[in-house]
Amino acid sequence: MDNSQSYWRENLRLIFISLTIWFVVSFGFGILLVEPLNEIRLGGYKLGFWFAQQGSIYTFVGLIFWYSHKMNQLDKKYKVEEES
Amino acid sequence: MDDLKLYTYIAVFGSFALYFAIAWWARAGSTSDFYVAGGGVTPMQNGMAIGADWMSAASFISMAGLIAFLGYGGSVFLMGWTGGYVLLAMLLAPYMRKHGKFTVPEFISDRYYSKTARIVAVVCLIIASLTYIIGQMKGVGVAFSRFLEVDYGLGLGIGMLVVWVYAVLGGMKGITYTQIAQYCVLIFAYTVPAIFISLQLTGNPIPQLGLGSTLADGSGTYLLDKLDLVVTDLGFKEYTTDNMGSSLNMFAYTLSLMIGTAGLPHVIMRFFTVPSVKAARSSAGYALVFIALLYTVAPAVGAMARLNLIDTLQPEPGQHLEYEQRPQWFKDWEKTGLLEFEDKNSDGKIQYVADETTNEMVKVDRDIMVLANPAIANLPNWVIALVAAGGLAAALSTAAGLLLAISSSVSHDLMKGVLTPNLSEKNELLAGRIVMTLAILVSGYLGLNPPGFAAGTVALAFGLAASSIFPALMMGIFVKKMSGTAAVSGMIAGIGVTMLYVFQHKGIMFIPGTSFLGPLEENWFLGISPNAFGAVGAIVNFTVAFVVCQFTGPAPKEIQDLVDNFRIPSGAGAAHEH
Repeated sequence: MDNSQSYWRENLRLIFISLTIWFVVSFGFGILLVEPLNEIRLGGYKLGFWFAQQGSIYTFVGLIFWYSHKMNQLDKKYKVEEES
Repeated sequence: MDDLKLYTYIAVFGSFALYFAIAWWARAGSTSDFYVAGGGVTPMQNGMAIGADWMSAASFISMAGLIAFLGYGGSVFLMGWTGGYVLLAMLLAPYMRKHGKFTVPEFISDRYYSKTARIVAVVCLIIASLTYIIGQMKGVGVAFSRFLEVDYGLGLGIGMLVVWVYAVLGGMKGITYTQIAQYCVLIFAYTVPAIFISLQLTGNPIPQLGLGSTLADGSGTYLLDKLDLVVTDLGFKEYTTDNMGSSLNMFAYTLSLMIGTAGLPHVIMRFFTVPSVKAARSSAGYALVFIALLYTVAPAVGAMARLNLIDTLQPEPGQHLEYEQRPQWFKDWEKTGLLEFEDKNSDGKIQYVADETTNEMVKVDRDIMVLANPAIANLPNWVIALVAAGGLAAALSTAAGLLLAISSSVSHDLMKGVLTPNLSEKNELLAGRIVMTLAILVSGYLGLNPPGFAAGTVALAFGLAASSIFPALMMGIFVKKMSGTAAVSGMIAGIGVTMLYVFQHKGIMFIPGTSFLGPLEENWFLGISPNAFGAVGAIVNFTVAFVVCQFTGPAPKEIQDLVDNFRIPSGAGAAHEH
């Protein structure tokens, strides 16, 4: 059981990191900090507005693939991969 | 005009024929085919099917229109309807796939060792799914009534019949492969006009970049700056900063949509169709890639549509379009009643301003923006025809997924699971098909008497899923000790608070005149709109569950072992029955 407990702990750590980023780009940059960020421009976009309508979505896609890649490594490390 | 009608008939009926052919080829033979497509769908295919399942009439037809009129505030839909996939991929999908059952209520019943939990989950699921279907049915009706110039009710009827044929026949297997085709149709139909319009306005063919570019008129002004300028001139709030009342409301709204997304059973069900836990994780990623293709284009479509609309009605600052010279698309949409002009100062010109006493565009239904967009931008007729087919693909694919969620929860969870456990597989399949037929009839009726515009109703479904299903699933996986009674109390409290809040502002079952606090913003709790209240409902759900759990004591040992088991991927088979 020890093995699967440390597997679960590492998984929770990955989830925590991912969800922090998830929160910061959407709720942080896109909503709470939108006004100061809007002072910065990204071409025609105000930066806060860009995060709310574009940037957060790109980050979400990256996050899921990163997490699923890390989890595949973790499955191997703890030898809990699926059979077949 | 005849030209357009011909193209539309070809696009719409051509795509229907394709869906029927696929449904026939992939028809379901067993309950496993019917509920989880035999469990053999690859992550890429599943991602595409989730994309189509997910992107409803609300995403395709309403969302860009909402963004066009809400500006920055519309971001709640963009972030909310994509951010939920991060939660799904990390918090729910892999573990629920590992557990390997057919339906969401079945998972809840196993984890919370109770039939009551299963029934409560079924009820929450049906309420959320039915609310969601109404939006799809309305979308089908609008698309048909405009493009084929048939009556709204008849359009709705045709749509119901089409879904009935391929969903009832094919079950999950048929629906999955049809949805892959529908995804291709809808993404093509959405991006082609956007590329044309982006090219016209900014010279950049990629809408995501066009939105941040300078205008092609040689002025060197950025598109968004021009838009901010023209809307504020008319008295509207600045496009890029208009925040829907308050940051708190936006925060709650986004959170409701995100956790609602992760809690919607018709989306979660899709993760039971993949062959492994690993595939469940990556399907969420693929799904989001396919969804992001549309969701990052939508803000460009919205902003450009708003700019084009204003440019048409007001060719030069201070100059208003003569009503007699209004373009053809204006006349077409007037006929549907979704666009209305009233010459308040009798000067024969169209004054479109923010001030309600002098504004003469008395009705501009947000739902028409995407459908009218190609015509407003003078795009060729075949592009307009394509949009019609795309809108229908979006509405039909989502309706099919929802119908399946409803029918499986009734035939598999209520009948097989609780009422008549001895049901044979053949009879269960038959029951599933009958329930689906009934669900189509009910949703068709509700589509004829819709409680609000498409995205509004849909947003409510998210509130309900967010406040009931998501917390129960998440606690089931992450809080090993959570007991059954506690989880059930949480679900009931969460959905109860949310429905009470919505009904008190919007009327009981949306019947006008039965709301006891009125829709007025002054009465909103902390300024949170009814559609955004799911987040609060979810917090209530978690709180109640944790408090009750203090009294009931932890879940039994064998349940805690079950949780340990689905936390690790090894030992997963195909989705099975018992």
